[in-house]
Amino acid sequence: MIFEARALSFAYPAIDVPAVQDVSLAIGRGEFVAIVGPNGSGKTTLVRLLLGALAPTAGQARTLGRAARSWSARALAQRVGVVAQREEPVFPLRVRHMVTLGRYPHVGALQSLSSVDEAVVDRALAYADATHLGHRWIATLSGGEWQRVRLARALAQEPEVLVLDEATGGLDVRHEMEVFELVAGLVTDPGLTAVIVTHHVNLAARYADRVVVMDGGRAVAVGLPAQVLTQPLLEQVFAWPVTVRSWRGVPQFLPLKRGESAQHGDGS
Amino acid sequence: MRRWTGLAVLAVAALAIGVLAGPVDLGARDVVSGLMGRGDPVHVVIVRNLRVPRVLLAFAVGGSLAVTGAVLQALVRNPLADPYLLGLSGGAGLGAVLAITLGLAGPWAVPIAAAIGALLAIVTVYRLAVVAGSVLDTRVLLLGGVVVGAFASAVVGAILALSPAESLRNALVWLLGGFDGASWQALGIFLIYAVVPIAVLYRASRPLDLLSLGEEPARFLGADVEPLKRRLYVSASVLTAAAVAVSGIIGFVGLVVPHAIRLVWGHTHRSLLPAAFLLGGALLAGADALARTAFAPLTLPVGVVTAVLGVPVFALLLRRWAT
Repeated sequence: MIFEARALSFAYPAIDVPAVQDVSLAIGRGEFVAIVGPNGSGKTTLVRLLLGALAPTAGQARTLGRAARSWSARALAQRVGVVAQREEPVFPLRVRHMVTLGRYPHVGALQSLSSVDEAVVDRALAYADATHLGHRWIATLSGGEWQRVRLARALAQEPEVLVLDEATGGLDVRHEMEVFELVAGLVTDPGLTAVIVTHHVNLAARYADRVVVMDGGRAVAVGLPAQVLTQPLLEQVFAWPVTVRSWRGVPQFLPLKRGESAQHGDGS
Repeated sequence: MRRWTGLAVLAVAALAIGVLAGPVDLGARDVVSGLMGRGDPVHVVIVRNLRVPRVLLAFAVGGSLAVTGAVLQALVRNPLADPYLLGLSGGAGLGAVLAITLGLAGPWAVPIAAAIGALLAIVTVYRLAVVAGSVLDTRVLLLGGVVVGAFASAVVGAILALSPAESLRNALVWLLGGFDGASWQALGIFLIYAVVPIAVLYRASRPLDLLSLGEEPARFLGADVEPLKRRLYVSASVLTAAAVAVSGIIGFVGLVVPHAIRLVWGHTHRSLLPAAFLLGGALLAGADALARTAFAPLTLPVGVVTAVLGVPVFALLLRRWAT
């Protein structure tokens, strides 16, 4: 198993409502799993627990066969690449340097980066369509470019597991699709495992093998998109009327305007 | 490579000027023969026992302050951080001023009192900043440092206001920093305390690069953040406390030098830290030479010289950076 949660719970200090409550799930090697759910439903907290960044208040989080908290950050970073939700560099960096930081888990404290490392950085930049940005200062990047550079850095880690926490926020259609295509491609070959936290339920449905729907800290549904992403569940979770249509066997949902009914569409 | 050569030349030049400069006018030839132990015995004593240890101590202290400043800027993720930010200068100042006004005797009374004051301040700030049992909150560290420093300064102010003129002057001179107490012994003691922290900080160069992204991204890129922060804080504190003990409180080196290097070298700590050490050392060795000669036989506090030299240069660099 890549990630495993067993009756996992977590509450932030001084907050009564647990952020994650009694979640059990398992993510196997080579899976593409999307975690969806409304704001504050515990998606990011769940991911941070699985990555060992938080200590569970109850239950267990296991990563790559070991207790998540037992990994040293360095050993974990050699195998898991993460694009976290928040990141604020305090000093100006150039894009290439930023991506090079992804090689740090693989080089010793006093060792220099080798030409192999540089080649990995080149390849990662190319994968994320960011080669032309190499010399730019990161402060000058658009939101979408910034996300792609961070994705490139995660790829430079040469991970076997990729975790993206809302990493497609701020991307336009093309670049967002490219990120999903890229991740799906890496899952197919060389067989990476990908966990994506996203608000794009429709893209999750089309690309992910399985979907985890979070609501109020609980995993209210885990399974194939076609089984899980039903109209009643989505309406309950997002507290908004929706209609769900099928596109090539995959559910695609559309939030309705007030007063609209699902019958007002132009057919399937 | 040219930048390193330039920096090395600057460092050697500062050391040479430091040995050549002084109230007793010695030429290059006198200095060389003094170093070899030949020629006028007075010159030999001046060169070997006074100037060489003094310039080496100034260099080592300046380098250490610059390295500490660079590290703390990344640790607390604030470009304004300098070695004294964490309440250390206040604590050290309080210890030293107490020793001076109480008239404690012996050449080591003031340095030891300063070191004890610095360490007490460090421990207090550290205790304040460790929250929830295990997490070192760098924001609290920053604020705790400011608060502890302000408290110590207030007490120092009270003591100075109530003390006689002579000890007031001694205390003020000490507070502004200087190397009048320099000796081989002082250099040796400083190095004993400095070598391990400098090695620890240099070894943490890559994690420091990561830390300036934020703690969580640093963790996901392989930095064990909590032990790292503690290691950095303790090393930086010990290094600064040792510097304060042998030289008083010398401002600006720890703030200005890292930024000057950042502007030219960028923010990769593997090159930033050694470059900051060389420039900080050169600046302080040169500033001390100027402090000794500008108004000879009177000596200016070296902290005054570093500020007067450092600030305009830094302002120019900032202008260049902005354009």
